[in-house]
Amino acid sequence: MENYFQIKPVGDCAIAIEFKNEISEEINNNVAALKSSIENAQIEGVLECIPTYRSITICYNPMLISFDELKDGIEKFMNESGSSNETEARVYIIPVCYGGEYGPDLTNVASANNLRHQEVIEIHSSVDYRIYMLGFTPGFPYLGGMSDSIATPRLKQPRTKIIAGSVGIAGKQTGIYPIDSPGGWQIIGRTPLKLFDINREIPILLEAGNYIRFQAIDEEKYREIEKEVKEANYICETESITRGGV
Amino acid sequence: MTSVRVINPGMYTTIQDLGRTGYQQYGMPVSGSMDHFAHRVANLLVGNAQNEAVIEMTIMGGTYAFDEDLFIAITGADMNPKLNGKNQIGMWRSVSVKKGDRVTFGAAKKGCRSYLAVAGGFDLPLVLGSKSTYVRGRFGGLEGRILNKDDLIRVKEKKQDNQNLNGRFIPAGDIPEYEKAVNLRVLLGPQENYFTRKGIADFFSFPYKVSKEFDRMGYRLEGKKVEHESSADIISDGIVKGAVQIPGHGNPIIMLADCQTTGGYTKIAHVINTDLWKVAQLKTGDTIRFEAIDISDAHEIFRKREQKILEMIEGFSHKRLKDDKDFKLNINSQSFEVKINEVSSLK
Repeated sequence: MENYFQIKPVGDCAIAIEFKNEISEEINNNVAALKSSIENAQIEGVLECIPTYRSITICYNPMLISFDELKDGIEKFMNESGSSNETEARVYIIPVCYGGEYGPDLTNVASANNLRHQEVIEIHSSVDYRIYMLGFTPGFPYLGGMSDSIATPRLKQPRTKIIAGSVGIAGKQTGIYPIDSPGGWQIIGRTPLKLFDINREIPILLEAGNYIRFQAIDEEKYREIEKEVKEANYICETESITRGGV
Repeated sequence: MTSVRVINPGMYTTIQDLGRTGYQQYGMPVSGSMDHFAHRVANLLVGNAQNEAVIEMTIMGGTYAFDEDLFIAITGADMNPKLNGKNQIGMWRSVSVKKGDRVTFGAAKKGCRSYLAVAGGFDLPLVLGSKSTYVRGRFGGLEGRILNKDDLIRVKEKKQDNQNLNGRFIPAGDIPEYEKAVNLRVLLGPQENYFTRKGIADFFSFPYKVSKEFDRMGYRLEGKKVEHESSADIISDGIVKGAVQIPGHGNPIIMLADCQTTGGYTKIAHVINTDLWKVAQLKTGDTIRFEAIDISDAHEIFRKREQKILEMIEGFSHKRLKDDKDFKLNINSQSFEVKINEVSSLK
């Protein structure tokens, strides 16, 4: 397979490995594969990685490893692994209560696309969305794969507070707000799950390179799960799938 | 239980260690002190690990009361620290405070951020491996927020080796000068090819002023607009501190301790790690010039700084300050008050 990449310094304490300049699952698979090889190799002096759509930024301590040593090491990985191996991925099942007070903009999305509420919900919850990366705020997933048939422009007047867990649409993107924040996305529903909870052993629910599937629930179920989440009794349901293979 | 009581928090005061490593892939900013050099030195002066949490004050410092005898050290910007409102407290040296003492800070004369370290360090929970406060995420430090009046910050109980801490100091020549105009050394890229040749030349030729918007997340600069070839946007990728972003408006933004982990603006250059303290000590109206160096020079500068820190530690075992002596001098019928720190050599 074509495995184009470039290695560049990012200041004196980080290095970036950039793949082809486009958003695609194949390229993002290369990112995920390289990230796990780097982590498994436990290279002395490598502090952490930031995987994104089409690149990885690696932070390092120049007292422990030089730019050239790190660059050579990564080139070796790339040549050896080819990073086209099939790997296991998870689909996180995210329960969402659509419409009503949980999703005040469901009506906007439906009317902008000449659909009924139920049709929007079915389209939105019928796809496995790729988590290309996490960033922006702790635990915010950059998702790909939403159907153009429910694409809707942002609100003209952004809200000053959107409640954590809100699921929204902005243009051709869909996403979930991990923490209360201002924003202009069309809010179509809300999940009782916490994408970010600093008091949890693993504060961030999602991991890049995996997938999300929204599952429509009613208000009663929402309250039930919300209670379980509060009591730390809820485990996010996941499904195993295979990604990457060429 | 030893603790520090906040009598007056100052303008924007937080608890910071050297940052939260390992969670950027989940979108968690690193945080940590803005001026690592001043922070590390403050800890060394009171015998702490360099990563121990300290109090970071911004522009206007606060007032702190101590309920036990304790060694402290103050570094960074000179905010005119005083003991019980009277005597000047020496900076860049260990200072012994007594039970009931109050240390007061005013406005920064030069620079922007001051650091207060206490021997033993602060007894605060680690959140994802760090005591650093990330105010936007409401976690770390003291309850994830800036310090407030009447906060009690517990100090770790540790047997104080007074003999060992007494009189530790940093020689005058090693104390950084906080200038209002600085040169920042940068490595070009990684998106330098998004700019016109003129844009890059302008970036390195013109001075940039620190705007009114500067905080722990980043410093927005104003000056000659840096011209893009066509687009200012990239597919979002990783951001590390020191990144110099140029959005569509053409004015640079230097990303700092609390910066987000990812972003979609072009990055023309990165300030070298060893020069970030200079940015941390700038305020509105101060000016920056950028100067390109290559990575081997940057790493040489990095090594020299680490060497300098080792020499400072080494220095503690050779030389100590004796107690201050105050003199009155009369020269040509003008009188001067002179404080003399006698340095003693340890054998």
